[in-house]
Amino acid sequence: MVGHSLPRSIWLAGAFLGISTLVASAQQAAQPLPPGSALIGRPDSEAAQKLAPVAPPPLPAAPDKLPIAKLKVPAGFNIEVYAAGMANARSLAVGDKGTVFVGSRLVDKVYAIVNKDGKREVKVLASGLYRPNGVAFHNGTLYIAELSKISKIDNVESVLDNPPKPTVIYDDLPKDEAHGWKFIAVGPDNKLYVPVGQPGNNVLHDDAHGQIRRMNLDGTGAEVVALGVRNSVGFDWNPENKQMYFTDNGRDWMSEDVPQDELNRITKVGEDFGAPYCYQGDIPDPEFGWGHSCSEFTPPVGLMGPHAAALGFRFYTGGMFPKAYKNAIILARHGSWNRSKKFGGDVVVVKLDKEGKVKSIEPLITGFLDNNSYVGRPVDVLQLKDGSILVSDDWNGAVYRVSYGKSKVAAKQ
Amino acid sequence: MQKTTIALALLLIASSANSETIEERAATCFACHGEQGQSETENTPSLGGQQAPYALIQLFMFREKLRTFEPMNEVAKPMTDDDLRNFSDFIAKLPKPKPTADAPDPARMQRAQELTMKYHCNSCHHQDFSGGDNVPRIANQREDYLAKTLSEYKDNSRHGYDGTMADVMGPVTPEQIKDLAYFLARVH
Repeated sequence: MVGHSLPRSIWLAGAFLGISTLVASAQQAAQPLPPGSALIGRPDSEAAQKLAPVAPPPLPAAPDKLPIAKLKVPAGFNIEVYAAGMANARSLAVGDKGTVFVGSRLVDKVYAIVNKDGKREVKVLASGLYRPNGVAFHNGTLYIAELSKISKIDNVESVLDNPPKPTVIYDDLPKDEAHGWKFIAVGPDNKLYVPVGQPGNNVLHDDAHGQIRRMNLDGTGAEVVALGVRNSVGFDWNPENKQMYFTDNGRDWMSEDVPQDELNRITKVGEDFGAPYCYQGDIPDPEFGWGHSCSEFTPPVGLMGPHAAALGFRFYTGGMFPKAYKNAIILARHGSWNRSKKFGGDVVVVKLDKEGKVKSIEPLITGFLDNNSYVGRPVDVLQLKDGSILVSDDWNGAVYRVSYGKSKVAAKQ
Repeated sequence: MQKTTIALALLLIASSANSETIEERAATCFACHGEQGQSETENTPSLGGQQAPYALIQLFMFREKLRTFEPMNEVAKPMTDDDLRNFSDFIAKLPKPKPTADAPDPARMQRAQELTMKYHCNSCHHQDFSGGDNVPRIANQREDYLAKTLSEYKDNSRHGYDGTMADVMGPVTPEQIKDLAYFLARVH
């Protein structure tokens, strides 16, 4: 037998009165948190103590439980469920034949949404991976970014029924959990771009962190293209001038309203975007900003909101949406945890001025945030060939499709 | 010992497959986790009063083998999503475990309580260590299980749902882990 069937010892109620008073009087000041903790810098106020990172449910929502009726799009746009049942659906990529690849962060899977004979079906393409958040497709090959390695599956759309294990191409990466998950993409220079976040909320770190690298598609020739990057979970290239834009999430616990998340632009290799010395281009960090000036660093081209968790985005180059959307950025804001009144939890349209700086931010999908609670959280945006866009939701494990014009629903599942 | 556990678990799964109520099916759980989820088994946690969202995450991770412990992987393997939800809700309604019934060493309790402040355990697990949502109740959990779990988070042999505990445990020493487990098992 396994369990001892001895009766539980009798609880001596009240025998230890005094312990709690005794320990409560221990007034040792709290010491610095370990590097990486999301709670570093948390003030000792009651309101602040209620805030902690929000974990999504582990199970994908059943199709009939998705919050689709709550999601609002502007007049003329339609939103529908494209695919569901993919636990923790995160980054998106699309293949030449229309297969949509979906990474995950809290489970071990990369999914493939396959279109075949007018039907849509979700397959598990790879499992047993460690935080496989990032996916990128280029010339037939799928690249997958786990916490500390990059791998690939060649000719992926030909092997969907019997996919091989991904082949590792690059693993010279730190193993930190904090900001260790990765968004990846292949640039117009045919290089793979890989971010390495800072290993904590607000920390000094070694030369291997706080940056975006690029490398050849076989993992060779890695070089750093951006520094002072705290945690970028989205990037794309401006179709007009091929400049790379990337989101960067600002630090926590400075205040409810600042710093805001950044939208940045790389104009030359090796630029420094400030973290952890300077945030949002004009706020010196109260701890690390001493001895520095924000003028040493490249300021963002726009601010995406306090603790908004601006993640994945794509420049819209499709022909379906109205003209005003051409070359605008469609960006997912996952939504805040480090704020009493939650902010974000939406997909916005970011328009740029002639200098490539943010001119306006308008809502495209709202309703993920309901009564200060999440009913869904958008992660990434992807444009399909027909000009419609897909949006992933890691809270529900689903992907939605937004189209414009007379409601033309994509092929039924 | 482990073989016996697996065999017993499998036997109970088989015998409970046709049972109707969750109470009947929970006999499998109670065999190791104790009557009403009050564990008397070495290194096996009490389940009573556990936060339902946390319990759901763990059952899911066992089923998907994101958390490995063979007996639990086997128990969870045939569970449907609804099973996972029902068992999590059921566990949460079981009585909370009680503090270890011995006379705590006041000096050690104080030392460990200071550690919980130093490492901010009370931030997510709350002042009374009852947890909330995806953060587990750790108050009055079994001391051996607490020590084992903290060590596993520290050496990264247990992967959390997210990486929070791996980061938190980085600077915590083995001696401090023992004190924390001692304290949490006895805290009022």
